[in-house]
Amino acid sequence: MSEASKSRPEFRNLNLFRDVRTYRLPLAALVSVLHRASGALMFLLLPFVIWLFDKSVSSEISFGQFSAAFAAGLWIFPAWFIKLVVLALIWSYLHHLIAGVRHLYLDVSHNYTKEVGRHTAAVTLVLSVLLTLVLGAKLFGLY
Amino acid sequence: MAVNHGSRRAVVGAHYGLGDWMAQRVTATLMLVFTLIVLIKVLLVSGPIGYDQWAGIFSSQWMKVLTFAVIVALIWHAWVGMRNVWMDYGKPMGVRLTLEVLTLIWLIGCAGWAFQVLWRL
Repeated sequence: MSEASKSRPEFRNLNLFRDVRTYRLPLAALVSVLHRASGALMFLLLPFVIWLFDKSVSSEISFGQFSAAFAAGLWIFPAWFIKLVVLALIWSYLHHLIAGVRHLYLDVSHNYTKEVGRHTAAVTLVLSVLLTLVLGAKLFGLY
Repeated sequence: MAVNHGSRRAVVGAHYGLGDWMAQRVTATLMLVFTLIVLIKVLLVSGPIGYDQWAGIFSSQWMKVLTFAVIVALIWHAWVGMRNVWMDYGKPMGVRLTLEVLTLIWLIGCAGWAFQVLWRL
């Protein structure tokens, strides 16, 4: 093996704490990471979402159980925890949806420069958080 | 060898058409439209929304058909997404295969439950 090939850096076995934390994380990358994380969260909580759908539409009685989950809690979970989980779902849905629309826009516009990527990523983050705050305030009964 | 990329790409035959990339966008668009329809229906309700108003949003036949299609789209979309996640982090192959099979069972089970709810409406 020659001297030159010996000294080449090897990009395998990346260490999470030593290497990954030195990566720059541009806004577009942050949106991408959160797109995946929000999708995974909604995947894991899918049975809970269907439970909410089931209880809310099946009958008057089940609608009462649906409402009670937010007022008195559900099973071993207190009401504030249920609301917190639903708030996480609201944010996940909004972020995933807006980040998805961003993808569609970039697909059809053929307009993917660094600036556009950064700008649309910033819009995605701000819009999803603002809408989450508006709906979250309603969820926690602030208006 | 004949050029088969760019504007000369062959667009007939198998392995061309609704691939995962396009399926992800088509299913996403369907869910986006569904979200807007439900949102508009909620906003059109006058007064507080009780059981009758909420269940009424989903009770018409066209809405049931649309909701059915959206559940299929959701399961398909989640499958493409989760398979991508397992392809990135699910190592070695045996672990990935197990996770993919569990994902399929999870998603198909959820779809069955959602259909059951829809058909009782």
